[in-house]
Amino acid sequence: MKHVGPQTLSYRRRERAVTALGYAAMACVLILVGVPLFWILITSLKDRADIYTQPAVYWPHSWHPENYGEATTTVPFWTFLRNSLIVTGVVSAVKFALGVFSAYGLVFLRFPGKNIVFLVIIAALMVPNQITVISNYALIAQLGWRNTFQGIIIPLCGVAFGTFLMRNHFLSLPGEVIEAARMDGANWWRLLTRVVLPMSGPTMVAFAVVTLVNEWNEYLWPFLMADSAEVATLPVGLTLLQNTENPSVTNWGPVMAGTVLTMLPILIVFLALQRHMIKGLTSGAVKG
Amino acid sequence: MFRETAARVNRQFAMRRKTAAVRSSPERVLPAPRGRGLKNRPWQDYALFLVLVVPNLVLLTLFVYRPLADNIRLSFTDWNIADPVATPIGFDNYVEWWGREDSWKVVSNTVIFTVAAVAVSMALGLALALLLDRKLFGRNVVRSAIFAPFVISGAAIGVAFQFIFDPSFGLVQDVLHRLGVDKVPDFYQDPHWALFMVTITYIWKNLGYTFVIYLAALQGVRAELLEAAEMDGASRWTTFTKVLLPQLRPTTFFLSITVLLNSLQVFDIINVMTRGGPLGNGTTTMVFQVYEESFRNFRAGYGATVATIMFVVLLVVTLIQVRVMDRGDR
Repeated sequence: MKHVGPQTLSYRRRERAVTALGYAAMACVLILVGVPLFWILITSLKDRADIYTQPAVYWPHSWHPENYGEATTTVPFWTFLRNSLIVTGVVSAVKFALGVFSAYGLVFLRFPGKNIVFLVIIAALMVPNQITVISNYALIAQLGWRNTFQGIIIPLCGVAFGTFLMRNHFLSLPGEVIEAARMDGANWWRLLTRVVLPMSGPTMVAFAVVTLVNEWNEYLWPFLMADSAEVATLPVGLTLLQNTENPSVTNWGPVMAGTVLTMLPILIVFLALQRHMIKGLTSGAVKG
Repeated sequence: MFRETAARVNRQFAMRRKTAAVRSSPERVLPAPRGRGLKNRPWQDYALFLVLVVPNLVLLTLFVYRPLADNIRLSFTDWNIADPVATPIGFDNYVEWWGREDSWKVVSNTVIFTVAAVAVSMALGLALALLLDRKLFGRNVVRSAIFAPFVISGAAIGVAFQFIFDPSFGLVQDVLHRLGVDKVPDFYQDPHWALFMVTITYIWKNLGYTFVIYLAALQGVRAELLEAAEMDGASRWTTFTKVLLPQLRPTTFFLSITVLLNSLQVFDIINVMTRGGPLGNGTTTMVFQVYEESFRNFRAGYGATVATIMFVVLLVVTLIQVRVMDRGDR
């Protein structure tokens, strides 16, 4: 049996080979992710002649930022952006409050059948929303809430993942601190806002970021609810732009400009808060 | 000797972590409050529970569990979604589904898409995580780059990749031409290549998720064990299959369920890129068929039938996954 310890030459050589492989993988990934994104961005700045040509042009002969003007005027782009902000803002805020409250109730209150309630809440994660849309659509249509914000917002507000995330975190808080606060006669609101939440910063941020990203990208439900541009969100509006710019052959310049504008806000949020988002996603999976 | 130690530690490790992510974690037992408040405390707790937890419970019941049950009822009806009344027709929808030719096409599309998405994104995610789980210059930048597509909306990615795969002016055909491929596949018209296009697009978007989760799981892996294996002269492959993979089991299990659930639900990418076509149902998955039948063909009863079948299959697959995982733990 060959001995391969950390000191031996062959071990070090092997380590170096794996490191080289790591850099090769990094290069591949950067190309596979970066080139499509670069292509989209460049296309959004090309004029027609540079788009519809073979072989493809990777650096435009003339810049054509007018695509952005066209993308934002052929469809009411700023209305879509406003709608997205409203829907995402309200749904995320409600979900955040409900998630924190539910988790608090499930951890710090005594109530018979608490665990069953918890199971009922997280089991909702297993129900794909495509299965619930038919019946929900009929209900909302009956209420006359199609093409309204409340019709889009209210059915999205139940929160399962966030409750799970916050509950797991609350369970890990030191019991003595909570008990001490209780002995001092702190009521639930004081306990929550002065004791529990100050110890939960990173988890709350993680919950908030994951929720924001998910709601911003929500597609099927707003797509079914919004016929008119008045309440359509950005992803739905992008589909509308794609259809409008498609008389016979798609006019890719403005469509790519709209795509870039749709991607940008969430990418900026992501770059600022990615650490928290990754933490939120992994703490459900890895910590248990 | 090493093998025994490794097996023992692995077992402890697996027992401790088990499938805790899916099961409920143990209750914290708070010491009962003493003193004056003892008598009226439970009632306050009950009232507060109503205020804090019940709204969420009501929302989930109203918009998740009610429609889930209602969906089963609707699957036994003939119903135009614009109509107030649904006509009960017994098992007719199910009989029709069983007999219709396109059902099998749609099921096979769904299976191909889902299996490819789960297998490829998990294998690639793990491979990348293993390669990047060391001190490399610029690692964080690359990590962000892989993860970025995951946060972009599927609709935007769908539109973008529709152009990237454009058979005449897209990026893919250009790269293929430059590589010397004469006959570039027609991603728009050929149903097989269209399904390929949609699947690749989804994997591109989703790879960052499996990668990031595996990377986080690798931080929790016992370094001593791996070193012990190295010292004992275990080959890299043995170390990987006998030491590393068992420790990653809970993560693999978690990912297999979440990625499966997510990829079964993909609607935005397909709706934007192909609308289920070409040739009618070239890329129609079950989820897309639910939408198409209910909202485009106005046959919501039949749509509900497809949704119910999908849900039952999903339930069975998940139960099998849980069973397999449990058996592996023992």
